[in-house]
Order: sequence, then structure tokens, then C-alpha cells
Amino acid sequence: MEVVKKGTYVQIHQIVLNPEERASNLPEETKVVPLEMWVKGYLNSDAKIGDEVEITTLTNRQVRGTLVEVNPSYCHDFGKFVPEILKIGQDLRRILKDGE
Amino acid sequence: MADYSYNAVMARKNEIMKRAVGIDYSKFQTSRISFDYEKMMRETGYTLQEVQNIQRDVGVGNTPLIELKNLTALVRKISPKGKGARIFIKDEACNPSGSFKDRRAAISVYHAKKLGYKGVVAATSGNYGAAVASQAAMRNLNCIIVQECYDSRKVGQPEILEKQRKCECYGAEVVQLTVGPELFYTFLKILEETGYFNASLYSPYGIAGVETLGYEVAIQCREQLGKDPDVVVITHAGGGNVTGTARGLIKAGALNTKVVGASVDLTGLHMASDKDFNRKSFTTGHTGFGIPFATWPDRSDVPRSAARPLRYLDRYVTIKQGEVFYITEALAQLEGLERGPAGNTSLTAAFYLAQEMDEDQIIVVQETEYTGAGKHHMAQLSFARENGIDIRFGNPEDERAGESIILPEHPSLIKARDVDLFKLKKSYIKNCIDNYKVDEIAIKDVEFLAEDTKLSIEEVEKILTEINVKVVK
Repeated sequence: MEVVKKGTYVQIHQIVLNPEERASNLPEETKVVPLEMWVKGYLNSDAKIGDEVEITTLTNRQVRGTLVEVNPSYCHDFGKFVPEILKIGQDLRRILKDGE
Repeated sequence: MADYSYNAVMARKNEIMKRAVGIDYSKFQTSRISFDYEKMMRETGYTLQEVQNIQRDVGVGNTPLIELKNLTALVRKISPKGKGARIFIKDEACNPSGSFKDRRAAISVYHAKKLGYKGVVAATSGNYGAAVASQAAMRNLNCIIVQECYDSRKVGQPEILEKQRKCECYGAEVVQLTVGPELFYTFLKILEETGYFNASLYSPYGIAGVETLGYEVAIQCREQLGKDPDVVVITHAGGGNVTGTARGLIKAGALNTKVVGASVDLTGLHMASDKDFNRKSFTTGHTGFGIPFATWPDRSDVPRSAARPLRYLDRYVTIKQGEVFYITEALAQLEGLERGPAGNTSLTAAFYLAQEMDEDQIIVVQETEYTGAGKHHMAQLSFARENGIDIRFGNPEDERAGESIILPEHPSLIKARDVDLFKLKKSYIKNCIDNYKVDEIAIKDVEFLAEDTKLSIEEVEKILTEINVKVVK
């Protein structure tokens, strides 16, 4: 696997609390899964995806975790087209123009 | 070395908070339940004029108040003759980071800088994170935003993913977590580790920042229309929007303006559920925050929340997710204003409330928010559909949160449904008794509860008798 160079901007993953360490007042489906965390920062030494690493975050904090992504991207978008939305505008313009 | 286990950090909560907010809340305590709210706001907050100056300095506030003429015309088409108030909207999306939350962040971040903190931290998945990040950028402070973002499959709410991007574009560090209230534990650890300021949504600074919004609404109505608004509709979640806006209206002398809160109805969905997390399409402005924060405001991240909505609400209504998406599209199509769905919660309620009001009356919707990838009704509806939510036209009454989103077949099907405020007030009083573990209270506490619920002393005493609590005179 490719080596990720020290100083690369990455995302790491950490288990904050295991299921047995979680708060007591949680719904069942939440209680059985760990509390997980993702943080981004610069890699402190060469590593591979999946390695335990330490990073320096933008506020200069040192955080440890598993290396999961290199140069993490933003992938959210406008989703798939929802045809119902288009109909709303057409209906409303008709009502405004012609009465009902 | 300090013990960073869950129990150890939670046990240090009060000392961490005291250092991170810089307020000694104990000095406002006047009895076992009561505290001097106005004294807290006065002594730790800023005057309206100071707030205006701080905000003007960073380009926050003085947003336009726009009349929604086509939506008003639409309301009149479906109202009885003579009904259909003029609807105005305060275009808060014009603030630097795109929402009214800049008003809150402006004061918190200013205060943090003044006290010499090197950075600010906020626990939020919403617009407030972007606002704090933007203000921190302006004032050269470091910023960390702690978000509840993913379910256990690492599927993130598109709206929250967008918020992450926006915070990072202002140079903030974003810490992302899976679902669960133990976010607070991570938040405390970061506050302790960094020594940064807690830019809490619920501090007096955060609330004072919203007062200018209510104040501007009153002044703009007088300038543009020659009178005060009859009704102001405010999206209600944690209570700060309602509290700050209502206080601003009062400071402007708009004492006859009715304050109406509105939340999206998410009844049946558990806010701490890993499964429900991605089955809802609203991450704030919903009943999952609105009701618990009204009936127990001191659940927040500070000992005494400055957001106390029951003091100010004249009416509280809920609307459905499908209705908000519908109105969001209507705002774009009929008024040429493409804005984010969460900010249109109060507009949706206003669309119904205007039908009950006379044509010469004024109803003001006090916010809009920015929109974009992830944070858009198209993205939200598409995501809901992918998560198995049934989306169709029909009667919104049939909508079940987490199962369906029903777009109204006709605009006349949009309804604002009243929440029994008296019931919430009773529940708040009961929570005070339970949480402070008292079985008798002083007359000072009764007076406080009356102020905190906008009830008379007699009404509070009657409720206390009902739950077997003695008043020591």
C-alpha cells in the first residue's frame, strides 16, 4: 500500500467510547454502537491507510487515531432530482393567475 | 496526569465551564430554584447599543425586511374575504455567514477576544458553527466546532456535511461525531485541553446578540409601514431565537406585538437514536429541541440558560416537514428568494397564521438562511427518499416523521397546529421541582416561576398544589 507522507492533510478516526462505556440513558440502537469521532489535520509521520497515527490539527492539537482518508473531499451535493418540487411552482403560479 | 475518562471529565463539568464561559452563575442565584435573570443579562451581557456597535463593526445585522407580495396574494386566494395579513420576511441570509446566528456569534466571539482567550469552541451541527467560525476568522481567533454528524454507518446528514465544509472554509477545525449526547464529553475535553472560550448559544452574550433582530423588526416596520407588526413568527429550537427577538421587540417598545414560536413536528423520532438520525430532514428548529428546551431550558451547556422561551411566547405552533419544503419552493418560485429550508419553518407557520388575520395586519417572519449543496430542499428530499422515506403529495395531516414526508396537494392544506403552552408551563414547573429535588419552595421561587412562565402567582401556586409542593411563606 502507498505510503502517505508526513505533512499530508488527512482524516483520522477514533473510537471515543465503546458501547459499554456509553451513557446509560440511550436508546437501544445507540447503546450497542460505539461513539466515533473523525478529525482532520496534518500527518505527524509517514504512515499507511489503516495505521494508528498522530496528527496536528489546524488549532495545533495532537490527536491520535486510525488513518482513514488522504486529502478528504466534500462530496455532498443537491442529490437526485425530485420531480415533485418542480410541480409545486407550476401549481402555485396557476393558482395565483387563474384563481383555483 | 488528569483523568480523561467519561465519568472523571463529566465530574469536572462545572469548573471547566466556569473557566470557559467566564461567568460565575452562583452570584445570580437567589433561592433554591430562582435566580435573577435580568441581573444576569445586565451584568454579564451588553447593552443593546453596544451590541449594535459590535455587530455593525463585523457586518452583522441591518438586514432587509422584504414584503412577500405574491405569497400574501396566494394567502388571500385561500382566505375568507377580508382576511390575509401582509407577510414580511427579515432576510437574515444577508448576514456574513448566511443566517441570524451571526448575531449571536458576533457577541460571543467579541467577548472571547476581549477576555484574551486564544480561541472559541462551539458544540453545534447547525448554522451557529458557521457563524462562530466566520466571526473567529474576522477576529483572528482559533475555532473548533464539535458536530454530531454521522450515524454508525458513517452516513452524514447532507445539511451537516455542508456545515462542516462551511466551517472549514473559514479556517475552523471541525470535530465530527456519531449520534449521542456524549458529544458533551468530547466538547468538555476540548475546552479543558485548549483553554478556549465556550461560545455557548445559551450565554447572555448569545442572547443579547439576537435582541437587535427583534429591535430592527420593530423599527423597520415603523419606518416602512408606520406601525408595529401585529405578529412576529420565530422558529423555535433551543429558545434563544424566541428569547432574543422578543426581548428586542420589548426594548423597541413594541409591547402589543404577539410573539409566536414555530417548530417542525418530529414527534415520534428520538433525538439520540442512531436509526432515527437520518430519518429526519430537519436538524434544528424542530420539536425534538423545541419542547425539551421549553420545559427544561437549563439542560443546555451552561448552568443557567439565558434562553427562556416560556417567558415570551404568546403562542407556539408546529408544522410538518413536507409543508416547510413546499413553502421553501414557493419562496423561490413566487418571490425569487432561494433560501434554506430550516430557516423557512417560521414562514410556513406565517403562511397559515396570515389567513386568520385581517388584510391590514402585519405578520413578520424574522429569518431566512443561506442555501447550497446539502442544505437545500432538493438535497434533503432526495436524501430522505434514499433513506426509505415515502415522499408524495397529499394531506400533510397524514405525515408521520421518519416514515413519510407529505407535500400539500394544495396550499390550503398547510396548517399551523397549536401546542398547549399551559401544559408546557406546567411541565417546566414540575421539572424544576424534580431537578432541584425540593418538596417545598420559598415565595421567591414562586415569583421566579411566575416570571419564567408568564403566569400569575396564583396560577403557579395552583400548579404547585396539584403536584403536592408546599410554599413556605
